[in-house]
Amino acid sequence: MVVGEAEGIVLRSDRAISLWGGIDPSSGRIIDRRHDRHGESIVGRVFAIPAEKGSSTGSAVLLELIRAGLAPAGIVTSETAPILAVGSIVAEELYGAGIPIVCLGPRDWTKLVDGEWVRIGGDGSITRP
Amino acid sequence: MELTKRDREMLDGRFGEAARFAMSVVVRTAEAVGAEALLSIEGAHIDACALRSASSHDVIRHLAENGGRVSVPTTLSMVSLDLENWRYLGIDPGHAEAATQIADGYRALGCIPTWTCAPYQGYLTPRFGQQLAWGESNAVAYANSVLGARTNRYADYLDICAAITGRAPYTGLHRGENRRATVRVRVGGVRASEWDSPTAWAALGAFVGGAVGERVPAIEGLSELRPSNDALKAFGAAAASFGSLGLFHVVGTTPEAPDLQTASQGRSLSETMHVTPVELRATWDELSSAEPETPIDAVVLGCPHASYAELEGLADAISRRGDARSHENVQFLVFASAPMVELARRGGLLEPLGRFGATIVRDSCPFHAPVVAAEATTLMTDSGKCAYYAPGELGVRVAFGTIDACVESARTGTVRGGEGPWLRR
Repeated sequence: MVVGEAEGIVLRSDRAISLWGGIDPSSGRIIDRRHDRHGESIVGRVFAIPAEKGSSTGSAVLLELIRAGLAPAGIVTSETAPILAVGSIVAEELYGAGIPIVCLGPRDWTKLVDGEWVRIGGDGSITRP
Repeated sequence: MELTKRDREMLDGRFGEAARFAMSVVVRTAEAVGAEALLSIEGAHIDACALRSASSHDVIRHLAENGGRVSVPTTLSMVSLDLENWRYLGIDPGHAEAATQIADGYRALGCIPTWTCAPYQGYLTPRFGQQLAWGESNAVAYANSVLGARTNRYADYLDICAAITGRAPYTGLHRGENRRATVRVRVGGVRASEWDSPTAWAALGAFVGGAVGERVPAIEGLSELRPSNDALKAFGAAAASFGSLGLFHVVGTTPEAPDLQTASQGRSLSETMHVTPVELRATWDELSSAEPETPIDAVVLGCPHASYAELEGLADAISRRGDARSHENVQFLVFASAPMVELARRGGLLEPLGRFGATIVRDSCPFHAPVVAAEATTLMTDSGKCAYYAPGELGVRVAFGTIDACVESARTGTVRGGEGPWLRR
């Protein structure tokens, strides 16, 4: 959805998340107590979630994470995530620095393994170096 | 991507940098979501003004300093303080200055200073079928479902970019075929009188929103109840918080669902979910993490912003208790738009609220204005949306209950009547 290259350790959750109310923009930690990865940091990780949900302020949270250097390396979803895409697109327009947002579809998304190192290619591919 | 001559001129910078920036964001988002064309919108509602982060300053400064101007009537969601009473509310002057700069930036773009998350309760209420670019998830659910206007769940900053360009990706709920119901939700086994309070509808919304994901539900079994606007508002606000709901149909009530056939656009729906008191009780328990009799520190009402009817109900609940006052340890906070507070003043509703010790906060929200005391550990609310976000955003346990239960709990200082109507057998 938003093109870019990145690599990092996968932080995978099978629960959708709202970035606003779900991630602390001043630390990059998951603060949604209902979320299974509550308390963990997404900074520099390849954040793998099935979908975005909830607040449309998620794009502003992502923009602020990117500005502050607290963003994930990339976000990989199963369903399209237009709110996250807007956050990264605005970051590219404003700061010249977005992060890749890749929508894999359910079949490839479920192959992602928590804790593995992956590379996101400029064509949206996921490889394991 | 099909673009008009004007679209391309905007992209090329012929209308200035703000319009170029805005059109670039609109076009790139359209490409990201696979839209093949843009459409023209007739109105916008901006949610991006609530934050005070460094990047939100950067966005509005870039747009305002480069000659940005909205091209359609544009209302504003909340800002992170009560613009006129922030001193009285104890808000830090540094916070106030930052929030006011953002507010001034959006006004400079030509936005109308409504400062409310419930724009459908006031000026510029959308018409049926009108194409809009609205941010703020509860407002989106209401505009689509209750009014029959057409908007997607606009992300922060895409909303203002659409308002400046007057253009938006032609996708999702802008298109008639995507507005059909895709899942049936049958509600049964609940006594009609238990739906009197919007709080019950909030619990139903929390359950349905969490269960349907991005599908469009057609809810059956409730049309006899003739739900109020406030009930549908509470339902949509909760559903949009617990899931990603942008549109729901209540068969026999909402405008695109006179019957199930019409709501599903003639297709048969293979999936039916059943909602009974069992699911509703479980949802109520999930919303309410504070035990009965727990001391409370704050009550939050007006999430989304209170309507006149809700303020009237609150004034009644207070007046029924004679000279009762909110307990000295409890902050009793009511959030509403400035015009609604003025209506309430004219209606004589502010006098009982003031006597009870309620604090009215205009223009803002408990999650953006620092008004709930930082040391608060337990908060009570009638709102499914507030109950969803308060634990993460404010670090509190939540008691969930009707306006009447909130007033009783504030009077006694402890959680009362938070067990939900479906527990009464």
